[in-house]
Amino acid sequence: MRYAMAVDTKKCVGCSDCVVACQTENNVPIGYCRDWVVEITHGTYPQLELEIRSERCNHCDNSPCVRCCPTGASHYSDGGIVLVTEDKCIGCGACISSCPYDARYPHPDGHVDKCTFCIHRVQKGQKPACVEVCPTKCMYFGDLDDPNSDVSKVLKKRKFKTLIPEAGTKPQLYFLI
Amino acid sequence: MKQSRREFLKISSLGIGGVTLAAPFFNWANGAIVSDETPGEDFVNRTPTYCEVCFWKCAGWVYKNDKGNIWKIIGNDEDPHCNGRLCPRGTGGLGMYYDEDRLKTPLIRKTIDGKQQFVEASWDEALDVVAKNLNKLKEKYGPECTALFTHGSGGKFFGDLLKAFGSTNITAPSFAQCRGPREVAFLATYGEIIASPERVDIRDTKCLVLIGSHIGENMHNGQVQEMSDAIDKGATIITVDPRFSTAASKSKHWLPIKPSTDIALLLAWIHEVIYNEWYDKKYVDKYCYGLDELKDHVKNFTPEWAYGITTIKPHVIRQTAKEMVNASPAVIIHPGRHVTWYGDDTQRLRAVAILNALLGSWGRRGGFYSPEKKSLPSFPHPEFPKPKKTWRDAHPGKYNLAIEVVSNGICDATIPTPDNDCSFKAWIVNGTNLITTLPDQKNTLEAIQHLEFMVVIDTMPMEITGYADVILPECTYLERYDYCRTDQNREPSIALRMPATEPKYNTKPDWWIVRQLAHKMGLDKFFKWNDIEEVLDWQLKQVGTSLEEMKKIGIKKFPREYDDLYFVEDQDIDFNTNTGKIELYSTDLEAEGFDPMPVYTPHPEPDPGFYRLNYGRHPAHTFSRTANNPNLTDLFDENVLWVNPIVAKEWDLKKGQEIWLENQDGILSTFPIKVRVTERIRHDSVYMVHGFGHDNKKLTRSYGKGASDTELISNVLVDPIMGGTGMRSNFVTFKLENPHKKEVAS
Ligand code: SF4
Ligand code: SF4
Ligand code: SF4
Repeated sequence: MRYAMAVDTKKCVGCSDCVVACQTENNVPIGYCRDWVVEITHGTYPQLELEIRSERCNHCDNSPCVRCCPTGASHYSDGGIVLVTEDKCIGCGACISSCPYDARYPHPDGHVDKCTFCIHRVQKGQKPACVEVCPTKCMYFGDLDDPNSDVSKVLKKRKFKTLIPEAGTKPQLYFLI
Repeated sequence: MKQSRREFLKISSLGIGGVTLAAPFFNWANGAIVSDETPGEDFVNRTPTYCEVCFWKCAGWVYKNDKGNIWKIIGNDEDPHCNGRLCPRGTGGLGMYYDEDRLKTPLIRKTIDGKQQFVEASWDEALDVVAKNLNKLKEKYGPECTALFTHGSGGKFFGDLLKAFGSTNITAPSFAQCRGPREVAFLATYGEIIASPERVDIRDTKCLVLIGSHIGENMHNGQVQEMSDAIDKGATIITVDPRFSTAASKSKHWLPIKPSTDIALLLAWIHEVIYNEWYDKKYVDKYCYGLDELKDHVKNFTPEWAYGITTIKPHVIRQTAKEMVNASPAVIIHPGRHVTWYGDDTQRLRAVAILNALLGSWGRRGGFYSPEKKSLPSFPHPEFPKPKKTWRDAHPGKYNLAIEVVSNGICDATIPTPDNDCSFKAWIVNGTNLITTLPDQKNTLEAIQHLEFMVVIDTMPMEITGYADVILPECTYLERYDYCRTDQNREPSIALRMPATEPKYNTKPDWWIVRQLAHKMGLDKFFKWNDIEEVLDWQLKQVGTSLEEMKKIGIKKFPREYDDLYFVEDQDIDFNTNTGKIELYSTDLEAEGFDPMPVYTPHPEPDPGFYRLNYGRHPAHTFSRTANNPNLTDLFDENVLWVNPIVAKEWDLKKGQEIWLENQDGILSTFPIKVRVTERIRHDSVYMVHGFGHDNKKLTRSYGKGASDTELISNVLVDPIMGGTGMRSNFVTFKLENPHKKEVAS
């Protein structure tokens, strides 16, 4: 099993619904977020392009954050989801600096926090909160080992890219382009 | 300057009894809610609601955690308005409940030791003051001199109260400050209005044309969802906007039009469609009136003619016309929503309606469908008294085609003039911050000075509350019942809103406030109920359901009464117009002395050093209603000024630099705004999100954040056809130094 997510940059409107849905679902304190939106404009007026991406932890196959964690709090869970065990985390922040995607933040309760792919929902057969709420239905989630999962199907059909592939982290968040 | 009768007051200057400010929001914000517990649905309960953050009114479920605190709001899968997905504002709607800046208890304006102050009061006291004052003014001037401004669900209760009282001057700024011209134009053309949610069949369209309509930044839920579906299916999007909006970035064609010239573009498109004989002949022959007149009218409006006006190249005009024709009839030239721009808006929307008719999209799949709604009967009451006069008497011969009450018409008629027959003496203001909703603030403030009484009912200390005589804190939609949602869609449905939790602080639902007022005002006979549950249950039983059932399902769909979502082939249709046809040539407009077919009139352009002020929406906000919402300000808490790099260079503006704005009438922005240097806007315009720059310190998260576009909109172009307030003819220049400095220092 290998969980992954694909985000369609052609459909995403950058509304941040995914951000606020994650915040409420996971009780992320105001002022912090596990996912966020990036907008990049290319070109000059009037020849313009705009790429909008909803970003989060890439649940990398080769995660520097897991490797550098001194306590084992950061670890791989079912389906390759990268998680932090809150009571094992000493809040040293090594993982925060090791992540090329800036996907982690120090939770005010003293541990590090990040996207969990909403594993508590996924285990119950639901989709991650961001995927479920998105008004443009631009996010696809599922098991890459299952050819019939939403994410497998869309990756087969569409061109995609990952972010900073040169970092060698083998990210599992795909952007449809 | 004369001492003003109604000083702007800062709330809670004098507290009696002190309201304890519990801070559950902070506990929640810090993750104090069982942080070691995995969130999940097992230990929660949920109650149905429909969202109050915008007019789309998506149905959803409010989930609470095991501590009984509101945890999250999720769309109801059965709801045709939202299909189980709320927009960011709806998802973050719980911030309205948790906002610790909310109005917490009734307040009464009193003069103590020569100083006006707000004094905390009990509900009984406050409602007594309201009832006494309204009844006193009724005796003195007649009931018609009281007007209600409302935006939102609670307004229906206040509307009933006002009608029972004897006035029908009930207005929502959503008409004359927003969608009015569109409704009047479509009514003149098709004999039907667009209404809400818009009856556009985006999900099946092959070509969507957006003129200044920024779907994706306006998160009107169903449309955003369907635009995404249309993108999936390969629809062509054409966006006409001086700004490279999000929608423009999803478009095959972006036409960065020179602002205020849209009618010229539309006429050129109409010209192309007619003179190339690209129009839907069968449809036009069968259903339309006035093709010959129209053909004659647009004869000279060639793409070359329009190029000189719009700056859109002729071949682009031709190509985009062809795109629409190729998609016809599955094409939508979108009527938009906020369309009060230049004062000739009804005529612009007429051009939109006409182009749709030529392409045969009205009544066709992928164009405009025929919506249905399930109405609920009103709870029985004796007939309301007939008012002797209405707002129209104050504007004899004007705005005859307005189909709703014109809010600015009431505001203007509050300022007494010798020939004014209906000067208003009292305002009831519910859920609309008129200071930022109505343009020309000076005029609004002057009108308020002439009032003898104003009561404001709101959840937040919006600017308007500072001018009230009595402030009544309503609870948020999450803490109350309202009438059921019955709005139109492809399938009719009813949605229930019920309280997910007790009202926080000393706040009350509108139905309760109105019921108490009705009693105190001697209007009991019109309200033969004591509790709203009685009313809702009775209403719901009339259509075969009940309050009990609705509490479990939240939304109930009903079959359509007529199987006519689209026209069927060769169907005979009697349109609700004078000619019984779709009127390309409007007999109604002609009868009222207006151009029966749209004409392009040049509008003023900015002087050198000035830029047209454009404004719009942010996806996480509904104007000032959400500007202080903790969840939504977390996403976007301050508007910025979009400036083209060429302009920035001329002025030596840097990204993030704070500047002040001054408009053509010398009005300065109270607060500075940060510059966003971006290629995404024309060099003759600037752009900001509406609803920011609040100057009430009680709005702790939004006070002084960004600038207010409304205060810079002093040139208002009123649409003579229906009274709409055109707000896009204001020009601003930049002040790099703080122009208020001296005042601050002295
Ligand atoms: S909710 Fe969807 S459309 Fe909105 S920003 Fe997130 S991914 Fe994009
Ligand atoms: S994105 Fe960052 S936090 Fe997430 S797995 Fe990769 S390295 Fe770790
Ligand atoms: S579109 Fe958004 S704000 Fe409007 S009613 Fe729906 S969820 Fe609420």
